[in-house]
Amino acid sequence: MTICNACRYCEGFCAVFPAMELRRIFSEQDLKYMANLCHNCRDCYYACQYAPPHEFMLNVPRVLGQLRQETYPEVSWPKAMNGLFQNNGRLVSLVTALSITMVLLLTLLFRGHDVLFAAHTGPGAFYRVIPYAAMVLPFSVLAVLVLVCLWKGFANLWQTIGGKPEELTNRSAHLQAIWDVLRLKYLDGGGHGCNYPDDRFSMVRRYFHHAVFYGFMLCLASTTAAFFYDHLLDRLAPYPFWSWPVVLGTLGGISLLVGTGGMFWLSRQMDREPATRETLGMDTAFTVLLFLTSLTGLLLLCLRNTPLMGTLLAVHAGCVLGFFITMPYSKFIHGIYRYAALVKNAIEQA
Amino acid sequence: MNRDGQSAIVLSKRFDVIVVGGGNAALCAAMTAREAGASVLLLESAPFAFRGGNSRHTRNLRYLHKSANSHLTGPYLEDEFWDDLMHVTKGKSDKYLARLTIRESNNLGAWMIGHGCKFQPSMRGTLHLSRTNAFFLGGGKALMNSYYATAERLGVAILYEAEVIDITIRDGRFASASFELQGIRQTVEARAVIIASGGFQANISWLKECWGDAADNFIIRGTPYDKGRMLRVLLDRGAKPVGDPRQCHAVAIDARAPKFDGGIVTRLDCVSFGIVVNNRAERFYDEGEDFWPRRYAIWGRLVARQPDQIAYSIIDAKSVDLFMPSVFPPIKADSITDMAHKLELDPTALEATVRTFNSAAGHGNFDAGKLDDCATKGLTPPKTHWARPLDTPPFYGYPLRPGITFTYLGLTVNERAQVIMQDDNPSPNIFAAGEIMAGNILGQGYIAGFGMTIGTVFGRIAGKEAVRHVIETYKRS
Repeated sequence: MTICNACRYCEGFCAVFPAMELRRIFSEQDLKYMANLCHNCRDCYYACQYAPPHEFMLNVPRVLGQLRQETYPEVSWPKAMNGLFQNNGRLVSLVTALSITMVLLLTLLFRGHDVLFAAHTGPGAFYRVIPYAAMVLPFSVLAVLVLVCLWKGFANLWQTIGGKPEELTNRSAHLQAIWDVLRLKYLDGGGHGCNYPDDRFSMVRRYFHHAVFYGFMLCLASTTAAFFYDHLLDRLAPYPFWSWPVVLGTLGGISLLVGTGGMFWLSRQMDREPATRETLGMDTAFTVLLFLTSLTGLLLLCLRNTPLMGTLLAVHAGCVLGFFITMPYSKFIHGIYRYAALVKNAIEQA
Repeated sequence: MNRDGQSAIVLSKRFDVIVVGGGNAALCAAMTAREAGASVLLLESAPFAFRGGNSRHTRNLRYLHKSANSHLTGPYLEDEFWDDLMHVTKGKSDKYLARLTIRESNNLGAWMIGHGCKFQPSMRGTLHLSRTNAFFLGGGKALMNSYYATAERLGVAILYEAEVIDITIRDGRFASASFELQGIRQTVEARAVIIASGGFQANISWLKECWGDAADNFIIRGTPYDKGRMLRVLLDRGAKPVGDPRQCHAVAIDARAPKFDGGIVTRLDCVSFGIVVNNRAERFYDEGEDFWPRRYAIWGRLVARQPDQIAYSIIDAKSVDLFMPSVFPPIKADSITDMAHKLELDPTALEATVRTFNSAAGHGNFDAGKLDDCATKGLTPPKTHWARPLDTPPFYGYPLRPGITFTYLGLTVNERAQVIMQDDNPSPNIFAAGEIMAGNILGQGYIAGFGMTIGTVFGRIAGKEAVRHVIETYKRS
């Protein structure tokens, strides 16, 4: 960072370098703040005169990626879980596989194979495969737990990067940070995009990430709409194609498929030199899990009138379960923590 | 093709234009010639990772513009540009070519953007240059990456690690170039050649011809690949030189910098706030003569004249936050004696120097933001501004060495970028652009971002004129 601060050629790319210029010496807090502020666009790596094989061997995206990876176990809650960030890719895959198997086995055990492998149609068809209570109760409990863990993680990170609790009430900083998130401002590298998969500027990574983010949001909206249908309108799933839950879910699912597929493709194509090797497993597992969740969801929609419906529902529910269980300990948290860094940045630069 | 330095170019093929070099001027020439329809081969002696010559260390470019735009805060017109240039060169410049360069630089930014350049929006803190100089987003290496991508897309054949060893000239005309690639020597013919391979500042033995063994202690701020091979070949083959062969642009930089390629981060901005002593612990020049950006270029030569080409800037705790941070941490000491030990200077001598300085210093009011009236009284050499006594520990020391940016010796060219031979006639098909001919325009001194201006302007002229020559030869045949 002292090299960067004496050079400053990269100050136009993102928020990390202007944040660095506010400082002369860098505390642990500062470094972790900048690590979480970095969006890994790699523009600074390819622009860097001091990148390897130069003898200074400066590799900003990799170093910040490693630092970022170090902050995750530090701030995650509860503390007992902080071992989960080692071999995270394997862990997330394993949890997902177990979730799918468990849902399948439980369904088979309690409902029998004639239910699992039969076609079900009409209102309440899903609940004939997995009963209402079995579907709603675990997910509700899990959702509360996940929210608590995420909030605790956010608060810990806020402290780790040197934020004060009272600063969190700064509304304009939140608005600025939300606006930065919605645009993925810092994947635009000062207006020209990231350097993926090589040294040429391209918006492709930003657009794929947009597809993931907004796809996820649409799916969240779909689930919320389904909740209203079920509990307020007394309409039982599955819903017709032209209904809010299905339209939102379909759009979201397709968007997620494209986005995660694109991110995965980029990660296969990309130059490995600026990559943080320690996080590749975590990144890949999360991307693949999102991809599988949306794929099984869309397949379920297409094949819901066939005997495959039961199995697909169970597999999809297993994927979603896996996603929720691992949420506070998977790549998902990068969004939460980066948001915290963006809020701090908005306060600092105001 | 060739992103890894490998290539499938058939070298039995004859090219219209060969470009020797791989920096800004070379790429501007190659892109221009290729866009005009010529087949172009670019031979870069550096490997892929270090491509771009000294341009990879640059940050901005100065060009003529009539009004503000997204990356410049106001107009920069011909008269002002001319005055700025004549001020630094003290008139040591081919006035005709200088005027041409300034005029041809008009709205250069638009052409650059069209060829992949991205400029940084004008913002705070860009070195008081935000009106005259356009800053590349990410600096010169990012610009070179964009230019290389554009050149590849246009179909310029590019070879890395291809060092041109010799060129054949018959009756003042270029015939072929031979180069070494992975240890194999090959010869390639072309109808025209553009030499854009930089100066000789990385060639220590050549520097020794002018500076003697002192050159061993010089640090080369930029690329180690500017060995001046083409310059020597052309001068040996009858090209007419320009510029003082003994002069180079030398600034005082941190002595701990790497021998080559240390670039911008080895710069030190502390000199004007303290004292500078040589290894006998004696002061030797007015440290506060002017603002540091206007003086750093003379300090390279000042340090080069000191014993063992080393000097030490010493400041105290009052000044440590007044300048841009540098990459190497200062040497910290609680007393002057302690500092002398750490810098391996004679403690008695250093204490005497500081005592003498302190007793003469401290008159007037210190103000880092202007040429203040805080000067020494009755001291030789004097310190005419910012002369506060060194009395507040801890003290901070930085070792200084001469850092060579570029050399002035080059090839004489005309307004078509043609190389002038000893008989004062231009060669019809040998062109030069960039650092290798900058001495025509910059006979001495330097203004920020002007090397890139010369490279871009003459790169484009050379590209265009080379193709004009190629078309004429096609017409004749």
